[in-house]
Parts: sequence; C-alpha cells; structure tokens
Amino acid sequence: MGAAGTAADPRHELASRARWRGLEAAFWLAALSPFLLFPSHLQLASQIAITALFALSLDLLLGYAGIVSLGHAAFFGVGAYAAGLLAKGGWGEPLSGLAVAGAAAGLAGYAASFIVARVRHLALIMVTLGLGLLVHEAANKAHWLTGGADGLQGVRMWPLLGRFRFDLYGYTAYGYSLVVLALAFLVVRRLVHSPFGLSLRGIRENPVRMPALGAPSRSHIRKAYAIAAVLAGIAGALLAQTTETVSLATLDFQRSAEVLVILILGGAGRLYGSLVGAVIFLVARDQFSGLNPQYWYFWLGALLVLVVMVLPNGVLGGLARLADARPSSGGRPAPSPGGRGIVGRLARLAPSRRDRTS
Amino acid sequence: MLVPVVGVLFDGFAYGMLLFLLSVGLSVTLGMMNFVNLAHCSFAMLGGYVMITLTQTLGWPFLAALPAAFAAAAAASVLLERALYRRLYRASDLDQCLLTIGIVFMSVAAAAYVYGTTQQPIETPPYLRGAVTWLGLRLGVYRLFLIATALAITLVLVLALEYTRFGAQVRAAVDNQRMARGLGIDVDRRFAITFALGSGLAGLGGALAIEMVGLDPVFAFTYLVYVLIVVSVGGLGSIGGSFAAATLLGVSDVAGKYYVPELGAFLIYLVMVGLLMWRPAGLFGRR
Repeated sequence: MGAAGTAADPRHELASRARWRGLEAAFWLAALSPFLLFPSHLQLASQIAITALFALSLDLLLGYAGIVSLGHAAFFGVGAYAAGLLAKGGWGEPLSGLAVAGAAAGLAGYAASFIVARVRHLALIMVTLGLGLLVHEAANKAHWLTGGADGLQGVRMWPLLGRFRFDLYGYTAYGYSLVVLALAFLVVRRLVHSPFGLSLRGIRENPVRMPALGAPSRSHIRKAYAIAAVLAGIAGALLAQTTETVSLATLDFQRSAEVLVILILGGAGRLYGSLVGAVIFLVARDQFSGLNPQYWYFWLGALLVLVVMVLPNGVLGGLARLADARPSSGGRPAPSPGGRGIVGRLARLAPSRRDRTS
Repeated sequence: MLVPVVGVLFDGFAYGMLLFLLSVGLSVTLGMMNFVNLAHCSFAMLGGYVMITLTQTLGWPFLAALPAAFAAAAAASVLLERALYRRLYRASDLDQCLLTIGIVFMSVAAAAYVYGTTQQPIETPPYLRGAVTWLGLRLGVYRLFLIATALAITLVLVLALEYTRFGAQVRAAVDNQRMARGLGIDVDRRFAITFALGSGLAGLGGALAIEMVGLDPVFAFTYLVYVLIVVSVGGLGSIGGSFAAATLLGVSDVAGKYYVPELGAFLIYLVMVGLLMWRPAGLFGRR
C-alpha cells in the first residue's frame, strides 16, 4: 500500500509534498487570463473564484479530514449575512467586512464542531444536514434581521482600499475575489502540508487508530471544522460584497449539494480539485442554463452519477491515474496519490485494512 | 379545549402514518446494507405521479391505482438497483450519497419536464371524502383510511419479519451482515427484494400523500428531510423505531404548525439534532 518506501523521514516527506510545481504556476497565470481574454465574463469569473473558495473550504473537511457535510452552506450564508448586515448598517468597508464575516462564520463553525465531532457515518450526515436546515429556517423566520425570503436589500459597499469601486463589469469583483482566493489557497496549502494536515488525513483513513497514535481526533476535527467555516464565511462575504445583495439561497440545501458536487467533480483531497471543479461546473452551468434553465438540475444529476460511477476521484484523480498508469502495472490503475496508508506510514506498522463494516 | 388537542393529535397521527409509509423501506434497507439511499423519496414521488396519471388521465378507480403505484415504484427500484446501486454497496457513504443525490436531481428535473412545476390536483372518490363525527370529534375519512392502511401494513410487516423465513433472514442480515453471509444467507438477494418492497411502500406512501400534502417536483427533496429524520431518530433497521419516530415527528410537526406557527420547521430540526446528540444511533437503534 505504501508508495515509495524510501521516504521514511516524515519531515522530508512533508517538505517534498509542499514543493511548488510548474503546473501550479501555470494554473494561477491562467486565472489572470479572464481580464484579457473574456472581459465580458468577469462577473462569471468572480462567481467561479468565490465558489472555488467555498469548495476549497469543504475540501479541507471532506477531502482531508473525511468529514462529510451536507450543510456547509450554513457557514457560507452566515458569512454572507454578516458582511451584508455590516454594510447595510453603514460600515461598507470591504476588507474589515470580510474579517468580521470570517470571524462570525468561524464562531458558528466552532460551536457546531462540538456537535459534529461527536458523531460519524449516517448520524454525521444527518446532523450536518439538520444544522444547515436549522440555520436556513432561522434566517427565513428572522425577517426583521435578514429580510426573510425577500433577501437583504440595501447593501452598499465602499470602494475597495478606498480606490477601486465595484463596477458593473466585475473588474474589481474578480480581482478582489481572486486575490482573496489565492491568499486562502496559500493558507490551506500550508495547512495540509503541515503535521496538522497529515493528522487530518490520518483521521480520514482511520479515525479509531489516530487517538491511539497520540493524535486527538476530536480536537483536530474541531479545529479543521472551524477553519473551514471561516473560509466558507469569507467566500459568502465575497459574494455578498461583490453582488451587494444577500438572499436566502446562500443558505439553501441546494448550495450545500452543489459545492459537494463541485468538489467531487474536481477531485476531493486534492488542493486544485475544488478550483478545477468550480471552473468546470460554473462554466457548464452558464452554458447549459442558457439552453434551458429549468432542466439544468437534470444534467447536474447526470453529471453526479457519471462522476461517481466513472471518475470516483474526480477529474483530477482521473488525470492523475492516466499520468500514473504505466505499462508494467498490467493495466491496473496505480494507487491514487491521495495519501493512502498515511496512518500506516506514520505508525510504521503494517498497512491498515480498509474495511468499513468493522 | 380538549377537542382541538385531540384533533391535532389525530391529524398528527395520520401525518405520522404517512411518514412511516414513506420511510420504513429506507430504514430497513439502510439497516441491512448501510446503503445511504437519498433517492428513496424519488420512488415515492414516482408512485405519486403514477397515481396522478392513472386516476386523472386514464380514469382508473382510486383503489386500483394504489397497487399500481406500489408496483411502479418497486419496478423502478429494481432497475436502478441492478444498474447502479449494486456496484456501490461497498463504496463509501459519500459516494452513495452523491450517486443518490444525483438521481434525486434527475428525478426532480424529469418530473418538472413531464408534469410541470405546479401542484397536481387529485380527485378522491366520494366514499373517502368528508368527515365522520364521533364523540363530538370530526375525523376526516381520508385520514382514517390512511391510518387504517398504514396500521394494516405495519401489522403485515411486523408479522412477516417475525414469523417468516424471509423475515428471519432479513433480521439476521440487519443484525450482522457478515455473520449472515457466513451462515449462507444470500444477503445481496435478500437485500434486492427488501429494497424493492421498501421502495414500493414509498411509492404507495407517495400516492397516498397527494391528498394530504400535495405533489410537485420538489417532493423528492422536501420529504427526503422528513424521511431521514424518521430513519435516523428511529434507528436503522427497526420497524418499531420508525413507527414511533414517524408518529412523534408527525404529531410534533402538526402541533408545532398549529400552536407555534412562527417557529415553523425550526422546531423539528432542533429536536432532530438534539435527539441525535443524545443518541447518535437513534432512539431505538442498537449500533
């Protein structure tokens, strides 16, 4: 199960994983291209960057720590409403609004994490779903605060850094979203290549064994959950600030499901999975809903079924498998580099049996 | 004072019976295979639309269309089980979730395509309309019919599970799937049959639900939440647990909407999260 057995030193292993690769630079350069190539689609590009950040936050939970969440939109929505309410209340400065929204979502996430860290499997799915619905219903009923189903009206943002106004074409919106996404990406990248990130993956692989190795699973899960909530909240705040409106749709179950689809489509447990997934998904939606908006969900569903049946590790996983496939492996796919058997490598014991019925 | 309370209890109980029909199949199949089938309510919706087509367009009698709704949902579930579900029995919870959410999305869009997004009207036969007055209480005939049907089905299910060979095999598989396999029980086959029966019951529930809660394409999503609440609160693989949880949910939902309408659905979500915190395996779950 373990890949190269030579990487015995964990520090060396982590450092080699954290090294920047040429393809990554190419990706971020390509992220600048909409300014030149598609100046009329900058609003869409901004949506993509925001959704990518949201998916990245879920990736930390689902892809690395293995915590399934069907209610992640709750934190996105909390962030969006926090930023929106702040701006509506008369403080329209974007950056501090972002910080406040991140803090609010992080607090909500940390509070929820005490519930989430206690349960697993179906109960986990149900509890996250329930929490998401709870927040949605609360926002729906608190009409005096959130505007209920009408959405939050009258959000006015001040120019970014006092200079760049949020224009109709989305130059500022995309630049702002992209920079925030890149910064958040750096943080997450640093995080998953740290010992903390490694223990998160250990929890994903074997939640029972990690405490036995001296890594407290629950407190790690709580931290990861709070961090993911902060990132989701920032994504929500970006959406609120760049569109200058907040609707109940930010808290919808649909949004939670969508972000899950995006992440799985791109490839969970890979940093770029969320980014690639967001690009594919939103561009596809833009194209398809131009054809017949009402039935977009049919294609979304078909896409999901297809990804699960054909590309279980997402687009990036499929590409990695193509790249890894060597003639000597006899046609069998090479083990995906998603970090299998991390626990076993850490413990330097026999690889664990992945048996979910135990 | 007493009459509204009893009336709310009666309506809540009828609603709970509906939820029980919708969810009991999922509870048993989840308990057997740990297969997270979020598309369960899509089968219920299919049953509902079959019912609409048969009674409203083709003019079938109401009672004859009910078994047809059952059969249609069961047949559809067999097809899906063969084509897709079977390959994911040993996959992760997440993969199962995603596949079945995908099916829900597709079913919602397909229903919107064929039937439009409006609520479907259904005409119940005259003998199921109106209300009877008993000890000063007005009880809706349709709700009485629903309760009687659900109770009869519960009885049949419990008896079949307790006293037949097939039922014993299903119970064995729910208790310990590996051990059951070791004893030579073909769990996959038993599961396929149980799955078809459970989906059929959901289809029946969907057909019966139209008169009470209406039917539109988002039915598969709206009631999924309720069904999951019933299943997770009642505990996996427990008919009694599902029955109790469905009754509890039905009564508290109706009572909540009647007495504290400003809270809306907030209350039941809160109760669900609270209950799951207290007992993650459900009220009657053993695992």
